[in-house]
Amino acid sequence: MSNDIRYLTPINIDIKKDKYCRFKKSGIKFIDYKDPNFLLKLVNEQGKILPRRITGTSAKYQKRVNKAIKRARHLAILPYVGDMLK
Amino acid sequence: MNSYETVFILTPVLSDDQAKEAVQKFEGEMKALGAKIKHTENWGLRKLAYPIQKKSTGFYFLVEFEADGNVVAGYELMMKRDERVLRFLTVKMDVDHVTYAEKRRAKAGATA
Repeated sequence: MSNDIRYLTPINIDIKKDKYCRFKKSGIKFIDYKDPNFLLKLVNEQGKILPRRITGTSAKYQKRVNKAIKRARHLAILPYVGDMLK
Repeated sequence: MNSYETVFILTPVLSDDQAKEAVQKFEGEMKALGAKIKHTENWGLRKLAYPIQKKSTGFYFLVEFEADGNVVAGYELMMKRDERVLRFLTVKMDVDHVTYAEKRRAKAGATA
């Protein structure tokens, strides 16, 4: 019994998934600051805004996302600091 | 004339009728300043994401209106002076926002 397993082709552990901007793809032009359920997709569980690097949002829409989230925070629709939001 | 929308939060200390009365008062004053109110919405008593003035809930209201830019300052001053208002935010609506608001209203009208 030998321990080493052999593969014909090396397995890809990190399968690269193409990132895309969800706003460009689905044609959302205006990001509503009044809709907490949608905005929750764009923050982490502490309520911090997720970077473009992770969400794949284009620069144009990331600016709008930021604005919407900050407006929502002002109106106590989203928390400034949270825990276990997801 | 620009389009604006204001969301404001009233203290939960008020009764439903008192809250509505306050909104009517604001609307009256806005009209007096020369704003044309297009739409108002009552979201009811909602939980706040964090406490404001030691309150954990508040009455949310949304008002959409058309007005000249100089009206907004006067209207916001009135809000600031009113102790019943916990928080308010006025946003100038661009083209996309206006179309979105119209769609949203149509949707709300269909379900209601």
